Amino acid sequence: MIEARFKLDYPGFTLDVDLSLPSAGITALFGQSGSGKTTLLRAIAGLERVPGGRLVFDGEVWQDEDGGVFLPTHRRPIGYVFQEASLFAHLSVQANLDYGIKRSECRPTSADISRIVELLGIGHLRDRRPDRLSGGERQRVAIARALLRQPRLLLMDEPLAALDLARKEEILPYLEQLHETLKTPILYVSHAPDEVARLADQLVVLDGGRALASGTLTETLARLDLPIRLGEDAGVVLDATVSEHDSEWHLAGVDFPGGRLWVRDKGIPTGHHVRVRILARDVSLAHEKIEGSSIINAVAATVTAIGDDAHPALCLVRLDCGGQPLLARLTRRSAATLQLAAGCHVWAQIKAVALIG
Amino acid sequence: MFDFLDPADLAAIWLTVKLAGLTTVLLLLIGTPIAWWLARTGSRWKGPVGAIVGLPLVLPPAVLGFYLLVLMGPNGPVGALTQGLGLGLLPFTFAGLVVASVIYSMPFVVQPLQNAFEAIGERPLEVAATLGAKPIDAFFTVAVPLAKPGFLTAAILGFAHTVGEFGVVLMIGGNIPGKTQVVSMAIYNHVEAMEYANAHVLAGILLVFSFVVLLALYTLNPSRKRP
Repeated sequence: MIEARFKLDYPGFTLDVDLSLPSAGITALFGQSGSGKTTLLRAIAGLERVPGGRLVFDGEVWQDEDGGVFLPTHRRPIGYVFQEASLFAHLSVQANLDYGIKRSECRPTSADISRIVELLGIGHLRDRRPDRLSGGERQRVAIARALLRQPRLLLMDEPLAALDLARKEEILPYLEQLHETLKTPILYVSHAPDEVARLADQLVVLDGGRALASGTLTETLARLDLPIRLGEDAGVVLDATVSEHDSEWHLAGVDFPGGRLWVRDKGIPTGHHVRVRILARDVSLAHEKIEGSSIINAVAATVTAIGDDAHPALCLVRLDCGGQPLLARLTRRSAATLQLAAGCHVWAQIKAVALIG
Repeated sequence: MFDFLDPADLAAIWLTVKLAGLTTVLLLLIGTPIAWWLARTGSRWKGPVGAIVGLPLVLPPAVLGFYLLVLMGPNGPVGALTQGLGLGLLPFTFAGLVVASVIYSMPFVVQPLQNAFEAIGERPLEVAATLGAKPIDAFFTVAVPLAKPGFLTAAILGFAHTVGEFGVVLMIGGNIPGKTQVVSMAIYNHVEAMEYANAHVLAGILLVFSFVVLLALYTLNPSRKRP
């Protein structure tokens, strides 16, 4: 458990958070620039000393100004990945990796080292200088360097933000691998909803230096008061299991408690857990199951709440689908025509389901 | 090998090299912490300290030499201190020349170092901290190697500037052959005595030296430009 309480008040910038975060899995700190997410991460790392702040990690006090405790950054068992390439320019890739290993309290065994080097696919780069690496390679080395310290907490500050789309796609699978194979908890700062949807287990939404919401990804994304801030990215992420392959049409059937969805087959074997993301704008509602439509995914759902959207013509409808939340973005006129209210049984037609790892 | 030089000139060259070398070493030791502090402090003393360090850039060497002479003389506070410590008086000694040169060449060492440290910025040191490096460790393993071009510039400029000093030496070192007589003083003496041939040899040596120093500065220091 990470308990963080920080209060900063500068002209034009405030940070006022009191969070309890699980020290397991990936917790995304999500928000626009200026929302305080990077400052929060830096405060957790000890790079930013917030007067009066308090930080307890798994029962260990890292900062408690009342008790006169402030553990300097170099004594915190953390790994930190910065937004831009942060490799030491005067050292080779290998020497960059060794820099952290030598100073780590629990040194990795050579098996650990080769496992992490392999995990990030940087074995062939060891003798190179950082200026001979691509942006994606540099960031993979930086992630490996942070991991080789065997940190008890990994902090990542928009590690993909400085990369183009192709480089992002190059690194994301490595991050997913980390998630699956390492037990190290990760705090992941991002302003990109797609990264968050793909990686996070927990989500903290920050705005204006305050935490608007904090909880599991699925529940937090489905809250009606948040999607307004997500705009076009409003939607839910569901955990599902691959259950069937339709080789004729190159589709895969994935099951979630609310039913079965058909997605483009990416070759993921049956029985594997996957995440699917359904954007609110891709969900339409009907009283009856509509036949003769091009939309192949339709699930039965119950309306649980209707909320405002950014534009007065629109509203957001929260649905319960076998215990799983779903969001639909409709015009207010449609909602009135369908006489939608909490408790209504409807069919949710889903135009697009994205399989995200 | 140095047959074309008379022994007094050779002694002046040797003394100059010794003075400049010692001054450079001392300046790197003293100037590095000052430059580090100037590069990173937010203190209101940054301006005044920077100005004092930079003073020799604009002050006529004779003025600097005069004040040093007064300070280090028998009636000056520094003179009283050195006498009290049993070190005697510094003016007209080699030690006095070293002290004066350190002050005189200070900005030529501190400013390149300060610029180099400022160019590195905060980030590499933060990275080092997140990798478990204590601040002093990070300084020697990250800041110093990254500031290597700055150290090279500082050492070369500090050395070369000390070699070229004249006014300060004249004021506090006098012109004692083999003890405080540096090359520039020797040239002055030869010209005064109408010994132009000897003056030519020494002046030529300084000219070639200066050119080689600048050449080294421009070729050894990799350009900041990135492809």
